[in-house]
Amino acid sequence: MKTKWYLQLLVYAVIIMGALAFLFPFVYMILTSFIKSAYSLPRPKEIFSVVPNLDNYFLVWNKNNFARYFLNSSLVTVVSMVGSMLLGCLTAYGFARFQFPGKELLFRVFLLTTMIPGVINIIPQFLIIKNLGLVSTYWGLWLIYIGGGVVGSTFFLRGFFQSIPKEYEESVLIDGGGNWRIFWNIYLPQSLPAIGTLAVLSFQGTWEEYFTALVIIKDEAMRTLPIALLMFNDKYATNYGWVFAASIIALIPTVFLYVVFQKKFVQGGFNEGGVKG
Amino acid sequence: MSIPLASQPQTGNKPPAATRMKKGFKQWMAVLPFIFLGVLGTAVFVVYPMIRNIIISFQDYSIMPNAENPFVGFENYISAFTDPNNKVLMAIRNTILNVIVTVPINWLLAIVFAVLINLHFVKYKLVFRTVYYLPIITSWIVVAFLFRFLFAGGEYGLINFIFYKVLGIFPEPVNFLSNYWTAMIVIWLFHIWKTVGWGVVIYLAGLQGISKEYYEAAQIDGASGIKQFWSITVPMLAPVTAFVIINLVNGAFNFFPQVYFITRGGPMDQTQTLPSLMYMQAFKNFNFGYASAVAVMMGITVFLVTYTQMKKFGNQKML
Repeated sequence: MKTKWYLQLLVYAVIIMGALAFLFPFVYMILTSFIKSAYSLPRPKEIFSVVPNLDNYFLVWNKNNFARYFLNSSLVTVVSMVGSMLLGCLTAYGFARFQFPGKELLFRVFLLTTMIPGVINIIPQFLIIKNLGLVSTYWGLWLIYIGGGVVGSTFFLRGFFQSIPKEYEESVLIDGGGNWRIFWNIYLPQSLPAIGTLAVLSFQGTWEEYFTALVIIKDEAMRTLPIALLMFNDKYATNYGWVFAASIIALIPTVFLYVVFQKKFVQGGFNEGGVKG
Repeated sequence: MSIPLASQPQTGNKPPAATRMKKGFKQWMAVLPFIFLGVLGTAVFVVYPMIRNIIISFQDYSIMPNAENPFVGFENYISAFTDPNNKVLMAIRNTILNVIVTVPINWLLAIVFAVLINLHFVKYKLVFRTVYYLPIITSWIVVAFLFRFLFAGGEYGLINFIFYKVLGIFPEPVNFLSNYWTAMIVIWLFHIWKTVGWGVVIYLAGLQGISKEYYEAAQIDGASGIKQFWSITVPMLAPVTAFVIINLVNGAFNFFPQVYFITRGGPMDQTQTLPSLMYMQAFKNFNFGYASAVAVMMGITVFLVTYTQMKKFGNQKML
Protein backbone atom coordinates (compact mmCIF):
# COMPACT_ATOMS: atom_id res chain seq x y z
CA MET A 1 0.00 0.00 0.00
CA LYS A 2 1.48 3.33 -1.05
CA THR A 3 0.49 6.40 0.92
CA LYS A 4 0.37 9.73 -0.89
CA TRP A 5 3.40 11.91 -0.21
CA TYR A 6 1.47 14.82 1.29
CA LEU A 7 -0.23 12.51 3.77
CA GLN A 8 3.14 11.12 4.76
CA LEU A 9 4.40 14.67 5.18
CA LEU A 10 1.42 15.56 7.36
CA VAL A 11 1.93 12.52 9.58
CA TYR A 12 5.63 13.25 9.96
CA ALA A 13 4.86 16.89 10.73
CA VAL A 14 2.51 15.90 13.57
CA ILE A 15 4.78 13.35 15.20
CA ILE A 16 7.86 15.53 14.83
CA MET A 17 6.00 18.44 16.44
CA GLY A 18 5.08 16.10 19.27
CA ALA A 19 8.68 14.96 19.62
CA LEU A 20 9.88 18.57 19.72
CA ALA A 21 7.33 19.44 22.38
CA PHE A 22 8.82 16.71 24.56
CA LEU A 23 12.43 17.31 23.66
CA PHE A 24 12.66 21.08 23.66
CA PRO A 25 12.11 21.65 27.42
CA PHE A 26 14.95 19.23 28.11
CA VAL A 27 17.22 21.12 25.75
CA TYR A 28 16.25 24.38 27.40
CA MET A 29 16.97 22.87 30.81
CA ILE A 30 20.38 21.57 29.75
CA LEU A 31 21.30 24.93 28.22
CA THR A 32 20.22 26.70 31.39
CA SER A 33 22.46 24.41 33.45
CA PHE A 34 25.44 26.02 31.68
CA ILE A 35 24.50 29.55 32.77
CA LYS A 36 26.79 30.91 35.46
CA SER A 37 25.49 32.20 38.78
CA ALA A 38 22.36 33.89 37.52
CA TYR A 39 20.85 35.73 40.45
CA SER A 40 17.94 36.87 38.34
CA LEU A 41 15.95 34.90 35.83
CA PRO A 42 18.28 34.26 32.86
CA ARG A 43 17.00 35.75 29.62
CA PRO A 44 16.07 33.40 26.78
CA LYS A 45 18.68 35.15 24.60
CA GLU A 46 21.45 34.35 27.08
CA ILE A 47 20.28 30.78 27.32
CA PHE A 48 20.35 30.16 23.58
CA SER A 49 23.82 31.62 23.22
CA VAL A 50 25.48 29.95 26.22
CA VAL A 51 28.75 28.06 25.79
CA PRO A 52 28.48 24.48 27.10
CA ASN A 53 30.61 23.86 30.19
CA LEU A 54 30.52 21.67 33.25
CA ASP A 55 31.39 24.32 35.83
CA ASN A 56 28.00 24.30 37.53
CA TYR A 57 28.05 20.50 37.71
CA PHE A 58 31.35 20.40 39.62
CA LEU A 59 30.26 23.29 41.77
CA VAL A 60 26.95 21.69 42.72
CA TRP A 61 28.45 18.27 43.35
CA ASN A 62 30.71 19.75 46.03
CA LYS A 63 28.08 22.03 47.51
CA ASN A 64 25.67 21.39 50.39
CA ASN A 65 26.70 17.74 50.82
CA PHE A 66 25.24 16.91 47.43
CA ALA A 67 27.62 13.97 46.91
CA ARG A 68 26.63 12.61 50.29
CA TYR A 69 22.91 12.78 49.43
CA PHE A 70 23.61 11.03 46.16
CA LEU A 71 25.23 8.15 48.07
CA ASN A 72 22.38 8.10 50.63
CA SER A 73 19.88 7.75 47.81
CA SER A 74 21.95 5.02 46.18
CA LEU A 75 21.97 2.99 49.40
CA VAL A 76 18.24 3.47 50.06
CA THR A 77 17.32 2.65 46.47
CA VAL A 78 19.52 -0.39 45.90
CA VAL A 79 18.55 -2.13 49.15
CA SER A 80 14.86 -1.48 48.69
CA MET A 81 15.00 -2.53 45.03
CA VAL A 82 16.67 -5.85 45.87
CA GLY A 83 14.27 -6.44 48.76
CA SER A 84 11.25 -5.60 46.62
CA MET A 85 12.35 -7.92 43.83
CA LEU A 86 12.99 -10.78 46.23
CA LEU A 87 9.65 -10.41 48.02
CA GLY A 88 7.77 -9.77 44.79
CA CYS A 89 9.20 -12.88 43.09
CA LEU A 90 8.56 -15.12 46.09
CA THR A 91 4.99 -13.94 46.57
CA ALA A 92 4.14 -14.02 42.88
CA TYR A 93 5.52 -17.57 42.68
CA GLY A 94 3.38 -18.59 45.64
CA PHE A 95 0.25 -17.20 44.02
CA ALA A 96 1.05 -18.44 40.52
CA ARG A 97 1.95 -22.04 41.27
CA PHE A 98 0.34 -23.18 44.52
CA GLN A 99 -3.19 -24.10 45.52
CA PHE A 100 -4.10 -23.50 49.13
CA PRO A 101 -7.24 -22.80 51.11
CA GLY A 102 -8.01 -19.09 51.35
CA LYS A 103 -5.97 -18.26 48.25
CA GLU A 104 -8.96 -16.68 46.55
CA LEU A 105 -9.69 -14.52 49.59
CA LEU A 106 -6.08 -13.41 49.97
CA PHE A 107 -5.93 -12.63 46.28
CA ARG A 108 -9.07 -10.53 46.53
CA VAL A 109 -7.66 -8.56 49.45
CA PHE A 110 -4.50 -7.90 47.41
CA LEU A 111 -6.62 -6.79 44.45
CA LEU A 112 -8.72 -4.55 46.68
CA THR A 113 -5.67 -2.70 47.93
CA THR A 114 -4.68 -1.85 44.36
CA MET A 115 -7.93 0.03 43.94
CA ILE A 116 -7.20 2.37 46.84
CA PRO A 117 -4.48 4.98 46.38
CA GLY A 118 -1.38 4.14 48.41
CA VAL A 119 -0.76 7.77 49.32
CA ILE A 120 -3.54 7.70 51.92
CA ASN A 121 -1.54 5.16 53.93
CA ILE A 122 1.26 7.57 54.60
CA ILE A 123 -0.10 8.78 57.97
CA PRO A 124 -0.54 5.33 59.56
CA GLN A 125 2.70 4.12 57.99
CA PHE A 126 4.50 6.97 59.69
CA LEU A 127 2.84 6.07 63.01
CA ILE A 128 3.86 2.41 62.66
CA ILE A 129 7.47 3.36 61.96
CA LYS A 130 7.32 5.72 64.93
CA ASN A 131 6.04 2.95 67.22
CA LEU A 132 8.84 0.69 66.00
CA GLY A 133 11.31 3.43 66.91
CA LEU A 134 12.58 3.60 63.34
CA VAL A 135 12.01 7.27 62.57
CA SER A 136 15.13 8.76 60.95
CA THR A 137 16.51 5.36 60.01
CA TYR A 138 16.78 3.78 56.59
CA TRP A 139 15.14 0.67 58.02
CA GLY A 140 11.98 2.72 58.38
CA LEU A 141 12.12 3.69 54.72
CA TRP A 142 13.02 0.20 53.53
CA LEU A 143 10.14 -1.39 55.43
CA ILE A 144 7.60 1.00 53.92
CA TYR A 145 9.03 0.83 50.40
CA ILE A 146 9.33 -2.96 50.36
CA GLY A 147 6.21 -3.79 52.39
CA GLY A 148 4.09 -1.28 50.52
CA GLY A 149 5.33 -2.42 47.10
CA VAL A 150 4.77 -6.18 47.32
CA VAL A 151 1.24 -6.16 45.92
CA GLY A 152 2.19 -4.22 42.80
CA SER A 153 5.17 -6.40 41.96
CA THR A 154 3.19 -9.57 42.73
CA PHE A 155 0.50 -8.66 40.21
CA PHE A 156 3.08 -7.61 37.66
CA LEU A 157 5.08 -10.86 37.92
CA ARG A 158 2.23 -13.31 38.49
CA GLY A 159 1.07 -13.02 34.89
CA PHE A 160 4.53 -13.84 33.58
CA PHE A 161 4.97 -16.71 36.03
CA GLN A 162 1.63 -18.22 35.01
CA SER A 163 2.64 -18.24 31.37
CA ILE A 164 5.56 -20.60 32.09
CA PRO A 165 4.59 -24.11 30.92
CA LYS A 166 4.31 -26.71 33.66
CA GLU A 167 6.36 -29.16 31.57
CA TYR A 168 9.51 -27.18 32.34
CA GLU A 169 9.22 -28.29 35.93
CA GLU A 170 9.42 -31.96 35.08
CA SER A 171 13.17 -31.98 34.53
CA VAL A 172 13.67 -30.57 38.02
CA LEU A 173 11.19 -32.99 39.55
CA ILE A 174 12.91 -35.94 37.84
CA ASP A 175 16.20 -34.81 39.35
CA GLY A 176 14.52 -34.90 42.73
CA GLY A 177 14.37 -31.10 43.13
CA GLY A 178 11.56 -29.38 44.98
CA ASN A 179 9.69 -26.07 44.92
CA TRP A 180 12.77 -23.99 45.64
CA ARG A 181 14.75 -25.53 42.81
CA ILE A 182 11.85 -24.94 40.43
CA PHE A 183 11.75 -21.33 41.61
CA TRP A 184 15.48 -20.72 41.12
CA ASN A 185 16.15 -22.84 38.05
CA ILE A 186 12.94 -22.36 36.06
CA TYR A 187 10.79 -19.41 37.13
CA LEU A 188 13.46 -16.80 37.79
CA PRO A 189 15.55 -17.36 34.64
CA GLN A 190 12.43 -17.66 32.47
CA SER A 191 11.07 -14.31 33.70
CA LEU A 192 14.24 -12.24 33.60
CA PRO A 193 12.85 -9.57 31.23
CA ALA A 194 9.84 -9.04 33.49
CA ILE A 195 11.95 -9.01 36.65
CA GLY A 196 14.41 -6.62 35.02
CA THR A 197 11.63 -4.28 33.97
CA LEU A 198 10.17 -4.32 37.43
CA ALA A 199 13.61 -3.69 38.92
CA VAL A 200 14.04 -0.57 36.78
CA LEU A 201 10.55 0.66 37.69
CA SER A 202 11.28 0.01 41.36
CA PHE A 203 14.61 1.80 41.08
CA GLN A 204 13.00 4.85 39.54
CA GLY A 205 10.13 4.87 42.03
CA THR A 206 12.44 4.75 45.04
CA TRP A 207 15.13 7.02 43.61
CA GLU A 208 12.67 9.87 43.16
CA GLU A 209 10.41 9.17 46.14
CA TYR A 210 9.93 12.34 48.14
CA PHE A 211 6.88 12.32 50.39
CA THR A 212 7.60 9.27 52.55
CA ALA A 213 11.31 10.09 52.77
CA LEU A 214 10.54 13.62 53.95
CA VAL A 215 8.30 12.30 56.73
CA ILE A 216 10.57 9.48 57.93
CA ILE A 217 14.04 11.04 57.65
CA LYS A 218 14.50 13.90 60.11
CA ASP A 219 18.29 13.81 60.27
CA GLU A 220 19.82 16.25 57.81
CA ALA A 221 22.85 14.08 57.04
CA MET A 222 20.59 11.16 56.08
CA ARG A 223 18.42 12.99 53.58
CA THR A 224 17.83 11.49 50.18
CA LEU A 225 18.42 13.25 46.88
CA PRO A 226 14.85 14.40 46.13
CA ILE A 227 14.63 16.13 49.52
CA ALA A 228 18.03 17.69 48.99
CA LEU A 229 16.98 18.87 45.53
CA LEU A 230 13.89 20.60 46.82
CA MET A 231 15.78 22.24 49.69
CA PHE A 232 18.49 23.27 47.25
CA ASN A 233 15.82 24.80 45.04
CA ASP A 234 14.31 26.71 47.96
CA LYS A 235 17.73 28.00 48.96
CA TYR A 236 18.99 29.09 45.53
CA ALA A 237 15.60 29.71 43.99
CA THR A 238 16.64 32.03 41.21
CA ASN A 239 19.95 30.35 40.47
CA TYR A 240 18.52 28.10 37.83
CA GLY A 241 21.97 27.18 36.50
CA TRP A 242 22.75 25.41 39.77
CA VAL A 243 19.28 23.96 40.27
CA PHE A 244 19.26 22.36 36.83
CA ALA A 245 22.84 21.11 37.05
CA ALA A 246 21.85 19.36 40.30
CA SER A 247 18.64 18.06 38.72
CA ILE A 248 20.44 16.63 35.72
CA ILE A 249 22.95 14.81 37.95
CA ALA A 250 19.99 13.34 39.84
CA LEU A 251 18.41 12.15 36.58
CA ILE A 252 21.49 10.36 35.26
CA PRO A 253 21.10 6.97 37.05
CA THR A 254 17.49 6.44 35.92
CA VAL A 255 18.10 7.57 32.36
CA PHE A 256 21.16 5.32 32.20
CA LEU A 257 19.14 2.29 33.33
CA TYR A 258 16.41 2.95 30.77
CA VAL A 259 18.91 3.36 27.95
CA VAL A 260 20.70 0.13 28.85
CA PHE A 261 17.59 -1.99 29.31
CA GLN A 262 15.30 -0.32 26.79
CA LYS A 263 15.21 -3.16 24.27
CA LYS A 264 14.46 -5.75 26.93
CA PHE A 265 11.55 -3.87 28.40
CA VAL A 266 8.13 -5.40 28.91
CA GLN A 267 5.19 -3.07 29.22
CA GLY A 268 3.87 -2.01 32.61
CA GLY A 269 1.34 0.44 33.96
CA PHE A 270 2.50 3.67 35.57
CA ASN A 271 0.55 2.92 38.70
CA GLU A 272 0.63 -0.80 39.00
CA GLY A 273 -0.02 -4.00 37.13
CA GLY A 274 0.96 -4.68 33.58
CA VAL A 275 -0.32 -5.58 30.17
CA LYS A 276 1.50 -7.86 27.88
CA GLY A 277 1.00 -6.14 24.56
CA MET B 1 2.14 -54.34 46.89
CA SER B 2 3.05 -54.67 50.50
CA ILE B 3 0.80 -51.89 51.78
CA PRO B 4 -2.53 -53.42 52.80
CA LEU B 5 -5.24 -51.46 51.06
CA ALA B 6 -7.76 -52.31 53.71
CA SER B 7 -5.99 -50.18 56.32
CA GLN B 8 -6.72 -47.01 54.39
CA PRO B 9 -9.82 -45.18 55.61
CA GLN B 10 -12.87 -45.66 53.49
CA THR B 11 -13.74 -42.13 52.57
CA GLY B 12 -16.48 -42.46 50.04
CA ASN B 13 -16.96 -39.57 47.62
CA LYS B 14 -16.30 -36.66 49.96
CA PRO B 15 -13.17 -36.62 52.10
CA PRO B 16 -14.05 -35.94 55.74
CA ALA B 17 -13.30 -32.56 57.25
CA ALA B 18 -10.23 -33.86 59.06
CA THR B 19 -8.62 -35.03 55.82
CA ARG B 20 -9.45 -31.80 54.07
CA MET B 21 -7.95 -29.81 56.91
CA LYS B 22 -4.87 -31.98 56.82
CA LYS B 23 -4.55 -31.44 53.10
CA GLY B 24 -5.11 -27.69 53.49
CA PHE B 25 -2.52 -27.56 56.24
CA LYS B 26 -0.03 -29.37 54.03
CA GLN B 27 -0.72 -26.97 51.18
CA TRP B 28 -0.22 -24.01 53.49
CA MET B 29 3.08 -25.42 54.74
CA ALA B 30 4.25 -25.73 51.13
CA VAL B 31 3.31 -22.20 50.10
CA LEU B 32 4.03 -20.36 53.33
CA PRO B 33 7.80 -19.96 52.89
CA PHE B 34 7.13 -18.16 49.62
CA ILE B 35 4.28 -15.87 50.53
CA PHE B 36 4.88 -15.31 54.25
CA LEU B 37 7.00 -12.17 54.05
CA GLY B 38 4.96 -10.68 51.21
CA VAL B 39 1.68 -11.22 53.00
CA LEU B 40 3.13 -9.94 56.28
CA GLY B 41 4.52 -6.82 54.62
CA THR B 42 1.20 -6.13 52.92
CA ALA B 43 -0.74 -6.75 56.12
CA VAL B 44 1.44 -4.41 58.18
CA PHE B 45 2.13 -1.64 55.68
CA VAL B 46 -0.97 -1.65 53.45
CA VAL B 47 -4.00 -3.36 54.98
CA TYR B 48 -3.50 -2.33 58.60
CA PRO B 49 -2.84 1.32 57.66
CA MET B 50 -6.17 1.41 55.82
CA ILE B 51 -7.97 0.25 58.95
CA ARG B 52 -5.90 2.53 61.17
CA ASN B 53 -6.80 5.44 58.91
CA ILE B 54 -10.48 4.87 59.56
CA ILE B 55 -9.87 4.73 63.31
CA ILE B 56 -7.79 7.91 63.39
CA SER B 57 -10.40 9.73 61.32
CA PHE B 58 -12.79 9.38 64.30
CA GLN B 59 -10.20 10.57 66.82
CA ASP B 60 -8.84 13.86 67.96
CA TYR B 61 -5.39 12.50 67.27
CA SER B 62 -2.13 13.92 68.57
CA ILE B 63 1.30 12.47 67.83
CA MET B 64 2.54 13.45 71.28
CA PRO B 65 3.55 10.36 73.26
CA ASN B 66 0.91 9.23 75.78
CA ALA B 67 -1.69 11.51 74.25
CA GLU B 68 -5.24 10.42 74.94
CA ASN B 69 -6.55 10.61 71.40
CA PRO B 70 -10.23 10.67 72.39
CA PHE B 71 -12.88 9.49 69.96
CA VAL B 72 -14.87 12.40 68.61
CA GLY B 73 -17.36 10.71 66.30
CA PHE B 74 -17.82 12.40 62.96
CA GLU B 75 -16.33 15.70 64.08
CA ASN B 76 -13.37 15.50 61.68
CA TYR B 77 -15.70 14.79 58.78
CA ILE B 78 -18.05 17.58 59.76
CA SER B 79 -15.25 20.09 60.12
CA ALA B 80 -13.96 19.04 56.71
CA PHE B 81 -17.22 20.22 55.16
CA THR B 82 -18.00 23.20 57.38
CA ASP B 83 -14.54 24.77 57.17
CA PRO B 84 -15.11 28.45 56.27
CA ASN B 85 -12.32 28.30 53.68
CA ASN B 86 -13.99 25.32 51.98
CA LYS B 87 -10.63 23.63 51.55
CA VAL B 88 -12.07 20.15 51.11
CA LEU B 89 -14.83 21.27 48.76
CA MET B 90 -12.26 23.18 46.74
CA ALA B 91 -10.03 20.09 46.60
CA ILE B 92 -12.96 17.94 45.45
CA ARG B 93 -13.85 20.49 42.79
CA ASN B 94 -10.22 20.59 41.61
CA THR B 95 -10.06 16.81 41.46
CA ILE B 96 -13.17 16.69 39.28
CA LEU B 97 -11.73 19.40 37.04
CA ASN B 98 -8.42 17.55 36.80
CA VAL B 99 -10.19 14.41 35.58
CA ILE B 100 -12.49 16.22 33.15
CA VAL B 101 -9.71 18.29 31.62
CA THR B 102 -6.72 15.95 31.51
CA VAL B 103 -8.18 12.50 30.81
CA PRO B 104 -9.73 13.24 27.37
CA ILE B 105 -6.72 15.26 26.20
CA ASN B 106 -4.25 12.71 27.49
CA TRP B 107 -6.14 9.84 25.92
CA LEU B 108 -6.65 11.53 22.56
CA LEU B 109 -3.00 12.56 22.28
CA ALA B 110 -1.84 9.07 23.27
CA ILE B 111 -3.94 7.20 20.72
CA VAL B 112 -3.31 9.69 17.89
CA PHE B 113 0.46 9.76 18.39
CA ALA B 114 0.63 5.97 18.78
CA VAL B 115 -1.44 5.29 15.64
CA LEU B 116 0.58 7.78 13.60
CA ILE B 117 3.94 6.47 14.80
CA ASN B 118 2.78 2.93 14.05
CA LEU B 119 1.90 3.73 10.38
CA HIS B 120 3.82 1.43 8.06
CA PHE B 121 5.82 4.14 6.29
CA VAL B 122 7.10 5.87 9.44
CA LYS B 123 10.81 5.30 9.98
CA TYR B 124 12.75 5.55 13.27
CA LYS B 125 9.77 4.30 15.32
CA LEU B 126 12.04 3.46 18.24
CA VAL B 127 13.50 6.98 18.29
CA PHE B 128 10.03 8.53 18.42
CA ARG B 129 8.95 6.13 21.13
CA THR B 130 12.04 6.94 23.21
CA VAL B 131 11.57 10.71 22.87
CA TYR B 132 7.89 10.49 23.82
CA TYR B 133 8.83 8.38 26.81
CA LEU B 134 11.52 10.76 28.12
CA PRO B 135 9.19 12.74 30.44
CA ILE B 136 8.07 9.47 32.07
CA ILE B 137 11.59 8.54 33.13
CA THR B 138 12.27 12.04 34.42
CA SER B 139 11.40 12.60 38.04
CA TRP B 140 8.34 14.67 38.99
CA ILE B 141 10.46 17.08 40.98
CA VAL B 142 12.80 17.88 38.11
CA VAL B 143 9.98 18.34 35.61
CA ALA B 144 8.28 20.58 38.17
CA PHE B 145 11.41 22.76 38.40
CA LEU B 146 11.41 22.89 34.63
CA PHE B 147 7.76 23.92 34.37
CA ARG B 148 8.09 26.52 37.11
CA PHE B 149 11.03 27.89 35.16
CA LEU B 150 9.26 27.89 31.78
CA PHE B 151 6.14 29.46 33.28
CA ALA B 152 8.03 31.90 35.51
CA GLY B 153 6.40 35.29 35.98
CA GLY B 154 7.99 38.41 34.53
CA GLU B 155 8.93 38.88 30.92
CA TYR B 156 11.87 36.46 30.87
CA GLY B 157 10.06 33.23 31.69
CA LEU B 158 10.11 31.45 28.35
CA ILE B 159 6.34 31.24 27.94
CA ASN B 160 5.89 34.90 28.83
CA PHE B 161 8.83 35.79 26.61
CA ILE B 162 7.23 34.04 23.61
CA PHE B 163 3.62 35.11 24.15
CA TYR B 164 4.25 38.60 25.51
CA LYS B 165 7.50 39.87 24.01
CA VAL B 166 7.75 38.00 20.73
CA LEU B 167 4.16 37.33 19.68
CA GLY B 168 2.41 40.00 21.71
CA ILE B 169 -0.57 37.75 22.48
CA PHE B 170 -0.46 38.44 26.23
CA PRO B 171 -1.12 42.11 26.98
CA GLU B 172 1.27 41.85 29.94
CA PRO B 173 3.52 39.15 31.48
CA VAL B 174 1.34 36.63 33.31
CA ASN B 175 2.06 35.63 36.90
CA PHE B 176 0.92 32.07 36.26
CA LEU B 177 1.26 30.62 39.75
CA SER B 178 -0.39 33.43 41.67
CA ASN B 179 -3.81 33.15 40.00
CA TYR B 180 -6.14 30.23 40.39
CA TRP B 181 -6.99 29.46 36.76
CA THR B 182 -3.53 30.08 35.33
CA ALA B 183 -2.01 27.94 38.10
CA MET B 184 -4.48 25.16 37.29
CA ILE B 185 -3.55 25.38 33.60
CA VAL B 186 0.14 25.03 34.44
CA ILE B 187 -0.67 22.01 36.62
CA TRP B 188 -2.70 20.41 33.81
CA LEU B 189 -0.05 21.05 31.16
CA PHE B 190 2.58 19.69 33.54
CA HIS B 191 0.58 16.50 34.10
CA ILE B 192 -0.26 15.97 30.43
CA TRP B 193 3.28 16.62 29.26
CA LYS B 194 4.67 14.26 31.90
CA THR B 195 2.31 11.32 31.28
CA VAL B 196 1.24 11.27 27.60
CA GLY B 197 4.26 9.14 26.74
CA TRP B 198 2.98 6.32 28.93
CA GLY B 199 -0.25 6.05 26.95
CA VAL B 200 1.65 6.25 23.66
CA VAL B 201 3.90 3.35 24.65
CA ILE B 202 1.00 1.21 25.88
CA TYR B 203 -0.97 1.86 22.68
CA LEU B 204 2.08 1.14 20.52
CA ALA B 205 2.43 -2.23 22.23
CA GLY B 206 -1.30 -2.85 21.69
CA LEU B 207 -1.10 -1.86 18.02
CA GLN B 208 1.82 -4.19 17.41
CA GLY B 209 -0.28 -6.99 18.85
CA ILE B 210 -2.90 -6.68 16.08
CA SER B 211 -2.25 -9.30 13.42
CA LYS B 212 -1.43 -7.92 9.97
CA GLU B 213 -3.79 -10.48 8.41
CA TYR B 214 -6.84 -8.42 9.37
CA TYR B 215 -5.55 -5.45 7.40
CA GLU B 216 -4.60 -7.61 4.45
CA ALA B 217 -8.06 -9.13 4.37
CA ALA B 218 -9.63 -5.67 4.61
CA GLN B 219 -7.48 -4.42 1.76
CA ILE B 220 -8.59 -7.28 -0.46
CA ASP B 221 -12.15 -6.23 0.31
CA GLY B 222 -11.18 -2.71 -0.76
CA ALA B 223 -11.57 -1.01 2.62
CA SER B 224 -9.91 2.41 2.87
CA GLY B 225 -7.31 3.29 5.48
CA ILE B 226 -9.80 5.25 7.55
CA LYS B 227 -12.38 2.46 7.31
CA GLN B 228 -9.73 -0.02 8.43
CA PHE B 229 -8.88 2.20 11.39
CA TRP B 230 -12.49 2.34 12.60
CA SER B 231 -13.42 -1.29 11.93
CA ILE B 232 -10.17 -3.06 12.85
CA THR B 233 -7.83 -0.89 14.91
CA VAL B 234 -10.36 0.69 17.27
CA PRO B 235 -12.26 -2.50 18.24
CA MET B 236 -9.06 -4.53 18.54
CA LEU B 237 -7.65 -1.92 20.88
CA ALA B 238 -10.71 -1.91 23.17
CA PRO B 239 -9.05 -3.84 26.02
CA VAL B 240 -5.97 -1.60 25.85
CA THR B 241 -8.22 1.46 25.86
CA ALA B 242 -9.99 0.20 28.97
CA PHE B 243 -6.65 -0.29 30.68
CA VAL B 244 -5.38 3.13 29.59
CA ILE B 245 -8.55 4.98 30.63
CA ILE B 246 -8.69 3.35 34.05
CA ASN B 247 -5.08 4.31 34.66
CA LEU B 248 -5.57 7.84 33.35
CA VAL B 249 -8.64 8.40 35.52
CA ASN B 250 -6.79 7.04 38.55
CA GLY B 251 -3.81 9.20 37.76
CA ALA B 252 -5.97 12.31 37.41
CA PHE B 253 -7.78 11.48 40.65
CA ASN B 254 -4.51 11.41 42.53
CA PHE B 255 -2.79 14.64 41.60
CA PHE B 256 -0.20 15.04 44.32
CA PRO B 257 3.33 15.79 43.08
CA GLN B 258 1.66 17.81 40.31
CA VAL B 259 0.21 20.18 42.89
CA TYR B 260 2.78 19.95 45.67
CA PHE B 261 5.83 20.64 43.52
CA ILE B 262 4.24 23.33 41.34
CA THR B 263 2.10 25.43 43.70
CA ARG B 264 2.26 23.74 47.15
CA GLY B 265 -1.51 24.07 46.95
CA GLY B 266 -1.38 27.83 46.53
CA PRO B 267 -2.51 30.50 45.96
CA MET B 268 -4.32 30.30 49.33
CA ASP B 269 -4.91 26.53 49.17
CA GLN B 270 -7.02 27.02 46.05
CA THR B 271 -5.26 24.44 43.86
CA GLN B 272 -5.11 21.72 46.53
CA THR B 273 -6.29 18.22 45.75
CA LEU B 274 -7.31 15.69 48.38
CA PRO B 275 -3.89 13.96 48.59
CA SER B 276 -1.92 17.21 48.83
CA LEU B 277 -4.40 18.65 51.33
CA MET B 278 -4.19 15.48 53.42
CA TYR B 279 -0.39 15.46 53.39
CA MET B 280 -0.02 19.11 54.33
CA GLN B 281 -2.72 18.97 57.02
CA ALA B 282 -1.00 15.95 58.59
CA PHE B 283 2.67 16.82 58.41
CA LYS B 284 2.64 20.59 58.34
CA ASN B 285 -0.29 21.41 60.62
CA PHE B 286 -0.31 18.07 62.51
CA ASN B 287 -4.08 17.74 62.07
CA PHE B 288 -3.91 13.97 61.90
CA GLY B 289 -7.60 13.28 62.55
CA TYR B 290 -8.75 15.78 59.95
CA ALA B 291 -6.16 14.51 57.44
CA SER B 292 -7.26 10.91 58.02
CA ALA B 293 -10.88 11.87 57.44
CA VAL B 294 -9.81 13.36 54.10
CA ALA B 295 -7.83 10.18 53.37
CA VAL B 296 -10.78 7.92 54.14
CA MET B 297 -13.16 9.91 51.93
CA MET B 298 -10.61 9.86 49.15
CA GLY B 299 -9.97 6.13 49.54
CA ILE B 300 -13.66 5.31 49.34
CA THR B 301 -14.22 7.54 46.31
CA VAL B 302 -11.26 6.23 44.33
CA PHE B 303 -12.18 2.67 45.22
CA LEU B 304 -15.76 3.14 44.00
CA VAL B 305 -14.61 4.81 40.78
CA THR B 306 -12.02 2.13 40.02
CA TYR B 307 -14.35 -0.69 40.96
CA THR B 308 -17.21 0.50 38.75
CA GLN B 309 -14.84 1.08 35.85
CA MET B 310 -13.42 -2.42 36.20
CA LYS B 311 -16.91 -3.89 36.37
CA LYS B 312 -17.96 -1.90 33.33
CA PHE B 313 -15.01 -2.75 31.16
CA GLY B 314 -14.87 -6.32 32.42
CA ASN B 315 -11.62 -7.71 33.73
CA GLN B 316 -10.10 -7.87 30.31
CA LYS B 317 -6.34 -8.19 30.23
CA MET B 318 -6.15 -6.16 33.39
CA LEU B 319 -3.49 -6.85 35.98
